[in-house]
Amino acid sequence: MSANRKFGFYMLLAPLVLWLLLLIILPHINLAVLSLQERVGVGQYETSFANYATFIQEPLYLATFARTAIMSILATLLTLLIGFPVAYYIAKMARGRKRSVLFLMCLIPFWVSELVRTFGWMILLRETGVVSSFLQWAGIVSGPVELLYNDAAIMIGLVYTSMLFMVVPLVTTLDSLDDSVIEAGYDLGGKPASILREIVIPHAMPGIVSGCIVVFMLSLGNYLTPIMLGGKDSLWFTELIYSQFIVRFNWELGAAFGFLLLFLSSVIVWAALRLTGQTLEKTMG
Amino acid sequence: MIPTIPRHRSVDIVYNAYITMFFVYLALPLIVVAVFAFNDSQFPSLPWQGFTLDWFFGDSQPMVGVFHEKSIMSSIGTSAIVGVCVSVLAVVVGTTNAFLFNRYDFRAKGVLYIFMILPLVIPGIVLGISILVSSSKVANAVWDVAQFDWEALRPGLTLVVLGQFSFITTIATLVLSARLKNFDRSLEEAAQNLGASQLTAVRTVTIPYLAPALVGAFLVAFLMSFENFNTTLMLVGSDAPLTIAMFDRLKEGSTPLLNSVSLMLMLGSSVLALIMIAFQKR
Repeated sequence: MSANRKFGFYMLLAPLVLWLLLLIILPHINLAVLSLQERVGVGQYETSFANYATFIQEPLYLATFARTAIMSILATLLTLLIGFPVAYYIAKMARGRKRSVLFLMCLIPFWVSELVRTFGWMILLRETGVVSSFLQWAGIVSGPVELLYNDAAIMIGLVYTSMLFMVVPLVTTLDSLDDSVIEAGYDLGGKPASILREIVIPHAMPGIVSGCIVVFMLSLGNYLTPIMLGGKDSLWFTELIYSQFIVRFNWELGAAFGFLLLFLSSVIVWAALRLTGQTLEKTMG
Repeated sequence: MIPTIPRHRSVDIVYNAYITMFFVYLALPLIVVAVFAFNDSQFPSLPWQGFTLDWFFGDSQPMVGVFHEKSIMSSIGTSAIVGVCVSVLAVVVGTTNAFLFNRYDFRAKGVLYIFMILPLVIPGIVLGISILVSSSKVANAVWDVAQFDWEALRPGLTLVVLGQFSFITTIATLVLSARLKNFDRSLEEAAQNLGASQLTAVRTVTIPYLAPALVGAFLVAFLMSFENFNTTLMLVGSDAPLTIAMFDRLKEGSTPLLNSVSLMLMLGSSVLALIMIAFQKR
């Protein structure tokens, strides 16, 4: 490299390194260190795993952790199941103008804040809401029904909020599958189910994986949807982090919770990548 | 199943019905939010009490419209300031990152690229608390050493900007990299053959080529910042951006005021989307 080029290289490297070091790497090291501190007296701390021990010993924390993980996985699978036929329709069935209109229509809801979307579901689902009124009008139920504040409502909200992140990568990968390959499958006597299983899904795998990773991540880290749509008992792990930091002011325990959430999401993302033979650069970049 | 393969009519009917239902599902929450902004009632719920614009322009209790609600208006201003700061920073760093990864081969490139992607897979709330913890630590250390209270490192707008910047930069980098990848380097070389210095060539040839992506990255960054909730929630001080202000209102109980703010947000986003489409077409 010439001196000039070398100078340019360092000028471009500096912002990247500063950004990652100061805002990503060092803060997470600090968080890890803090999570290993135990308060033994006023302003006195010792290094220990006490916060993690608290997490394991307290059934509420463990249960919330497991619940958040399971519901996020469920939300991811539901989003995939609901989104896949739609992505397939846009990529393979719709043509020309209809296709781009449908694709744009998929994007529109995500141009408005998550808060607005959640608010919309509250108006729809609550006891005095639109769905309840409609059901009474149609004579299906006799009195107001409360559809809000339960796990199904959380699920509807989570799936709704993350749909875009599933549909877009799916459309992109399905789009690159040549129609003639599917035709060839039919010519060779394949049934729709076997063509889906042996041609379409393998081809769409990178899209499925990247969609699932993002949706899982967003569900796991979601705060608004579970808190606004969920009931009193439907705790979400992010709520525990928030309450330790802002309400209880127990930052050490909160930091441990934050790390556990990060750990959970990393493990599941890593496992998904390994199982399907994908890499992070390829699926996200 | 593709259009060229014959199939039973019933399959088409079921499939089309499914697609229609899907788009109803997508549109329904937004439609009800928009419609109830015009309901002449204290609550955003049925029955319909008649059409009103009071939730926009009303100036007396109990129906104070958005334009007379000072706290909401000022939080929109706060969000806009934060959004502009975050977008400018993210686009600048995103551009340098895109050039770095596009133009140079170096040993740590693969590792740095993975690190560059990582902020996207870190939950927003964890990003928020990690920055909160670190900045407080620095602020406390500064206080211990110099008895100086470094306000910027306490929860507030500076931290909100930094927190949002920390992950929005990744998105800006990806948007800009995608366009830079398709750039024909020989155009730049031609400029240099004609006597331009490397910097001049980049400024007069490459940057204009990148312009649609620069605008796109700026708008996406602005929108993500405006909408961000999780990271902001952990870092916010006394000046609340719009999403936080709306969340606080919503916890107290919903009024159609929130519907009218939401409708304005939707209109604002649509305008941004149109600008973006116009720029991508060039």
